[in-house]
Amino acid sequence: MELKTGILIAGSSPHLRSDATARRIMLDVLIALVPATAAAVYFFGVRAALVIAVTTAASVLAEFVSNKIMKKPITIGDLSAAVTGLLLAFNLPPGIPLWVAAIGGVFAIVVAKQLFGGLGMNFINPALAARAFLMASWPVFMTTWTTPMVDAVSSATPLAIIKSAEAAGATPPSIAQLFLGNVAGCLGETSALAILVGAAYLVVRRVITLETPLAFIGTVAAMTWVLGGKGLFSGDVPYHLFAGGLMLGAFFMATDYPTSPITWKGKIIFGVGCGLLTSVIRLYGGYPEGVCYSILLMNLAVPIIDKFTVPKSFGGA
Amino acid sequence: MGKAMKAFRGGIAAPHNKHTENCATEAMGVPARIIIPMVQHIGAPCAPLVQKGDRVTVGQKIGDNDAFISSPIHASASGTVADVRPILYAGGVEVVSVEIETDGAQETCPDIRPPATDRESLIKAIRESGIVGLGGAGFPTAVKLSPPADKKIDILVLNGAECEPYITSDYREMMENPGGIIEGARIIMELAKIPRALIGIEANKPEAIRLLTDTVKDDPAIDVVTLRTRYPQGGEKQLIYATTGRRVPAGGLPSDIGVLVQNTTTASFIAGFVKTGMPLIKKKVTVDGSAMATPKNVEVLIGTPLKDVFEFCGGFREEPVKIIMGGPMMGVAQFSLDNTVIKQTNALLALGAREVALKPEIVCIKCGRCVSACPMGLLPLYLNACMERGLFERMADDYHVSDCIECGCCSYVCPSARRLVQSIRYGKAELRKLAAKKK
Ligand code: SF4
Ligand code: SF4
Repeated sequence: MELKTGILIAGSSPHLRSDATARRIMLDVLIALVPATAAAVYFFGVRAALVIAVTTAASVLAEFVSNKIMKKPITIGDLSAAVTGLLLAFNLPPGIPLWVAAIGGVFAIVVAKQLFGGLGMNFINPALAARAFLMASWPVFMTTWTTPMVDAVSSATPLAIIKSAEAAGATPPSIAQLFLGNVAGCLGETSALAILVGAAYLVVRRVITLETPLAFIGTVAAMTWVLGGKGLFSGDVPYHLFAGGLMLGAFFMATDYPTSPITWKGKIIFGVGCGLLTSVIRLYGGYPEGVCYSILLMNLAVPIIDKFTVPKSFGGA
Repeated sequence: MGKAMKAFRGGIAAPHNKHTENCATEAMGVPARIIIPMVQHIGAPCAPLVQKGDRVTVGQKIGDNDAFISSPIHASASGTVADVRPILYAGGVEVVSVEIETDGAQETCPDIRPPATDRESLIKAIRESGIVGLGGAGFPTAVKLSPPADKKIDILVLNGAECEPYITSDYREMMENPGGIIEGARIIMELAKIPRALIGIEANKPEAIRLLTDTVKDDPAIDVVTLRTRYPQGGEKQLIYATTGRRVPAGGLPSDIGVLVQNTTTASFIAGFVKTGMPLIKKKVTVDGSAMATPKNVEVLIGTPLKDVFEFCGGFREEPVKIIMGGPMMGVAQFSLDNTVIKQTNALLALGAREVALKPEIVCIKCGRCVSACPMGLLPLYLNACMERGLFERMADDYHVSDCIECGCCSYVCPSARRLVQSIRYGKAELRKLAAKKK
């Protein structure tokens, strides 16, 4: 019998690989963002769809152009740029001028991601970095909120209402409204329900684990309960949990792979840190919302956290 | 029947692919030529005891070394020595090998007779039988049977996990020779003065669990333990943890915590050897893989060229691009069908192009999957990163590279197809070089 083989590949074990790919993971994140996208369009109308389209297109295009300029392989196929673009849109108010949104998309990809070496190499979350950048450059655009379902009526976000005297007289929306998303705010920050549905999908698909989000949310709950009210132990916890960007931040931004710790211990430390900073900013800082900055600050701490949370080996002392 | 004590962290739900579990072992005939390498174990290589032109008989010792950690090698067929020469094997090592032109008579060596059974002679005889750990590592069994006096062993663990995809040769041994396995266990227990034995079998082999449980039902000293089906359940440290709840200390040995591990097939070999005195000359081998025409379990003479084994199984139905000796997770890819079956060979896999299709390697996205999959609690992504930057000492000092058992879980799950195990092996080799230089 003649035995014909192809060219035999030597190569190191293992000789089988799972079918997981980076692209599939990013696709799962996009799928998980569908409910929040739908909610944004439902509550804020065509305008929201436009913002989403612009940031996503700007991010993907910026990735393509950076690849070309740096003469590297084109990486838009891994879908990570699309994820960044979409997440950025969720961090912008619906009324933002589209050109500002586009600049945000380009900043996220070029400055926060590609300049650091691209996928996996960036150490701060690109979408949040872009949000912070826009906030510093065009604060007015970034804090003009529209009331959902009614076009172009400026409004205050629920967190701003409870925080500032300026909005005195306005009644904060009910918890049910907050949970469903019928409130003023950034595109993806309003409907906690939509975010949670997406997050559940990510957990089931094992794209994210719960250490960071639970530590983050738990810390905010504890801090705002203890310190958020008129006296101790009287804070309005549900309000703090469902208003603003906490759910989006905890499940979608603080779980970003390259910018969060690698071990479960590290993830808990990271989540608690985010929670502490968020609560402090919300309760005592100059801004009504602190999720974005606290995650960015904690991003910077990730290398240190990773360094000090190297696990013991199995059987190690 | 016992329940597993503990479940190790990490690991993967590897595909089972145990297509051959119901294929009873078929004995293969004597091939025209047999090539026997002089290293088939961990330890000192053997020197050939025969020359070109010598006549050899079945079971005749043809290679040996006096070193404590070594294991002699025997002729598996009768015939004439056609050549003694170095041959290049997978892994790029040249090993002196004895080539035998067989005569088909299978005349048995006149020295073969059952060994004396007093403790000292039997341990000596077991060394002479050429038996090594048949689970894959190939550590000489006789060495393990004589642990240093300060190590008190109180549990024998028999490894029947067979957690690698495809392989069913141990399973067939459990089904076809349960009595031999138990008898072997008793002999080992007596020799090493061990009062208790646990046989660990993965839950995906219910028939074997039932059969062996039934075989030991009147013996209170031996129990069968059902293990969770999860790769690498058969890894020595994982197996010990699951069956006894004890952890082998990092850098330590099972004997440090009073445990001796043997493969089920090693045990049944010892039982057979005590009866007949025939050394290790043949192996049960699972032949499978997407390129195989008829996957089978085959009893093969050690030294049989791979191509004869594949022919016996109907040849290939597509051109294989990878030939693996061992399982797909830890086996060694072969570059030639002229290489031969050795003592530790428990499977031969011919994998087609579709099955080994390589995902392109891209950058690490820090998804953490390798970390959750590592049964040793390591951070493969950082081991890989250190290797790429040439920081070998950091691999050892900060990231415990020496604790890696090279199980392959990390590479298996990596979405970016990083060559994690490969880089770890490379790092270990570089560290050995550094250590050698320092001396
Ligand atoms: S599994 Fe691969 S991509 Fe994920 S962290 Fe490990 S090395 Fe990086
Ligand atoms: S690092 Fe070593 S022990 Fe851990 S999964 Fe990879 S090969 Fe296995």
